[in-house]
Amino acid sequence: MDMNAKKKLGLKEKYALMTRNLGWETTYEPMDKVFPQMDYEGIRIHDWDKWEDPFRLTMDAYWKYQAEKEKKLYAIIDAYAQNNGHLNVTDARYINALKIFLSAVPSLEYNAHRGFARLGREMRGVGPQVACQMQAIDEIRHAQTQIHSLSNYNKFYNGFHDWKHMNDRVWYLSVPKSFFEDACTCGPFEFIIAIGFSFEYVLTNLVFMPFISGAAYNGDLGAMTFGFSAQSDEARHMTLGLEVIKFMLEQDPANLPIIQRWIDKWTWRGVRLLTIVAMLMDYMLPKRVMSWKEAWEVYFEENGMALFNDLARYGIKVPDCAALIKKEKDHISHQAWNAFYTAGMITNFHTWLPSEDEMNWLSSKYPDSFDKYYRPRFEYYRQREKEGKRFYNKTLPMLCQVCQIPMLFTEGDDPTLISYRQIEHKGDKYHFCSDHCQHIFEHEPEKYVEAWLPAHQIYQGNCFAEGADPTAPGFDPLKSVLDYWHLDFGRDNLDFEGSEDQKNFAAWRQQATTN
Amino acid sequence: MSNVFIALQANEDSRPIVDAILADNPGAVLNEQPAMVKIDVPGRMTIRRSSVEARIGREFDLQEMQVNLISLSGHVDETDEEFTLSCER
Amino acid sequence: MQIDLRTVSIKPLRHTFDHVARRLGADKPASRYQEGTFDVQPSDNLQYRPTWDPEHELYDPARTQVVMKDWYAFKDPRQYYYGTYTMARARQQEAAEASFDFVETRGLAATLPPDLSRRALDVLVPLRHVAYGANLNNTAMCAYGYGTAITQPCMYQAMDQLGIAQYLTRIGLLLADASELEAGKSRWVGDGRWQGLRRYVENTLVLKDWFELFVAQNLVLDGLLFPLVYDQFIDKRVANEGGAPVSMVCAFMPDWFAETSRWVDASIKTAAAESPQNAQLLADWTSAWLLRATDALEPVATLALGEDAGPVFETVVDAFKARAGKLGLPL
Repeated sequence: MDMNAKKKLGLKEKYALMTRNLGWETTYEPMDKVFPQMDYEGIRIHDWDKWEDPFRLTMDAYWKYQAEKEKKLYAIIDAYAQNNGHLNVTDARYINALKIFLSAVPSLEYNAHRGFARLGREMRGVGPQVACQMQAIDEIRHAQTQIHSLSNYNKFYNGFHDWKHMNDRVWYLSVPKSFFEDACTCGPFEFIIAIGFSFEYVLTNLVFMPFISGAAYNGDLGAMTFGFSAQSDEARHMTLGLEVIKFMLEQDPANLPIIQRWIDKWTWRGVRLLTIVAMLMDYMLPKRVMSWKEAWEVYFEENGMALFNDLARYGIKVPDCAALIKKEKDHISHQAWNAFYTAGMITNFHTWLPSEDEMNWLSSKYPDSFDKYYRPRFEYYRQREKEGKRFYNKTLPMLCQVCQIPMLFTEGDDPTLISYRQIEHKGDKYHFCSDHCQHIFEHEPEKYVEAWLPAHQIYQGNCFAEGADPTAPGFDPLKSVLDYWHLDFGRDNLDFEGSEDQKNFAAWRQQATTN
Repeated sequence: MSNVFIALQANEDSRPIVDAILADNPGAVLNEQPAMVKIDVPGRMTIRRSSVEARIGREFDLQEMQVNLISLSGHVDETDEEFTLSCER
Repeated sequence: MQIDLRTVSIKPLRHTFDHVARRLGADKPASRYQEGTFDVQPSDNLQYRPTWDPEHELYDPARTQVVMKDWYAFKDPRQYYYGTYTMARARQQEAAEASFDFVETRGLAATLPPDLSRRALDVLVPLRHVAYGANLNNTAMCAYGYGTAITQPCMYQAMDQLGIAQYLTRIGLLLADASELEAGKSRWVGDGRWQGLRRYVENTLVLKDWFELFVAQNLVLDGLLFPLVYDQFIDKRVANEGGAPVSMVCAFMPDWFAETSRWVDASIKTAAAESPQNAQLLADWTSAWLLRATDALEPVATLALGEDAGPVFETVVDAFKARAGKLGLPL
């Protein structure tokens, strides 16, 4: 056989042989039994061969390039730890943003890992199977690199120490938890629209900006590096999200209304989830990259709209919630920080009031809302602090049945009125933060009645420390709930000012910079 | 027409790729940041293997970009010779 | 001479995360494998029932009949987390790449005796589809299994099997061309000698109990197929008959099998040691799938080894039974 006479295969042809050509129509078992999750959501796919592979990485190339990325990343993580890199961050307040990150994000990544594994098995075409499998293995990478990068912070600072236990229990962490578990319990097509398209493609830059640029800007080389390194996988994931939606829309016009409803739902779910990111950008980064409002304008109103314009030819419309989000962008970060500041007794991170300089920055970024609605509140809190009467909210908030965020948002047209909706379903009352969350519930009440709402669970007595006896004399319910969460009172929570973190950081930095 | 963009880590490996993109794509706008370079091009961007190779003096596999890639937008089309981003599929 | 390297020494408040310390029994430094694995899967206060499996919770130990007090009793002896996994495979793929390169640039495929090349293609090319089935099955174990300690290596195993399917594809292209892949697929779908194996693979694709799937795929099928095809056929027979280049480009597979068997064995051993009920269950599954696998592989053994197939395959099966016995499975 003459080697040179062989036709040289191009990348596309070769990749097709390496992936989709591996599959066959099963006959000993019916295909519908081999892929049982393909039909029940109503999505119609006629020809899986029309799938266009967004990236064409074979496993050997995947191993090679990913290993190279991992080597670089862990070299930096090691160096960062060896040099006490944590002492180079702008201000120890910054570390509190990382506590939120560790408590919330690796679990999200992990859920994405398992969710994409399911799709990697259940998608009927080999092309999308392989793309989903690669995303599945990438996502466990992200969970682990985050855990490994932040492991060193846990050695020196409080609030990180039991992130996984807290993720499954602490009140505010049910927001990200319920978001991803919602997606993971959906059918495969809704999952990929939820995570692959709405989250990864439409909203991912809004997560990337504050965490990664924020980390870089605040001297956190470790977090910056894992952020950049993960982001290169995201580029693949985003193109998968885009390919999936185009593929589904091109397969059958009947898919359009289903997909539109999912985009509406998951854009809203995603934006609600990002409230905490908004707060982080505006209040928790000592050096601010840009305001939440600016980020929203660039990444959603400009880039996101361009994307929806692109998809208009398929009949896709901008989600309805965009109008409300536009009104809310002046408010949500302030409302969220207000909520967390007053809840500072039940958080695994420290809270503080913005300094005068920081308030001036907020005024300049939010000229229409900050001075009018929020500055007076913070000044009031400061006055109380001075009087030794730091305000802590001692009751539990009412939560939205869908997004699980406390009722802290206001009406789009009236920032002085809490937005609150209530409906009755099978004899029970349910509460919502917005019309959009209410609509999501009304479409699938059987799903959302199952929500595990921390405030409800606490009041029902399901969140006390193991072995606690609520009938015992002197039983302290708050203390028992904190024990259930493994929250170390006085070390993990309360004000940054006077905290062990603050003292240690100052002492260690002193030790590092003087003789 | 919308822009497509690619963002790469600002380092030694990325520089010849960035140069190749700027040379091959009229209308490309370079945005340099401390750790990252972002290039925007209206409508369509092509990265040519031959152009990168001419700058580094060795064989180059376009998939090597994976190591330094940060983000991109648009529809991806990948062949041995070219990596293309475009608004339209 | 002593050198004093001065660094700022500050005393850590703790050495690892609490959930890791609880497993280690004390707050002491933990490995990246441990921190990246222990308890990483959400496990409490799960929010909604899966629409695709309303009988179970999202993460539910009841998707298998195997019962474990603690699903983190499983340990991957290789201690793979994503970083160590990809770095290990990157080294292996570099070696594999060098072999392909060696064979390709020297035109060694053309030096093979034609009938030997034919026989290698006949056996190896349809195995692409078996590897792809194994890829789907391990992906399912990751998706539906319980506890990161066992689901994580299943994902790695899945990607490995995809890699194997792709190496086999390259071997087909190296020894012949793309039409050979189509011919191999036709044999996989239509040739009587492959139908037993295809039936086995398709039967596993619809298995609902993910641990039974682990037994049927990773322990039994791979446990017979790899020794038969790569040890007995490629490395002994083909290599001895002038087919060393084929053996070179197949090297990833037997090396991989030896490595991953350590993990498969450790997993089975742990589950079997947990309780006599588990041990019995695993033994029943192993016996049942072993019977089907030997039937399915006999014609493949004949295709590969001709008249020697009988005794050679018997040694493979015997070795497998000995292995199962060592793992605590009373077959």
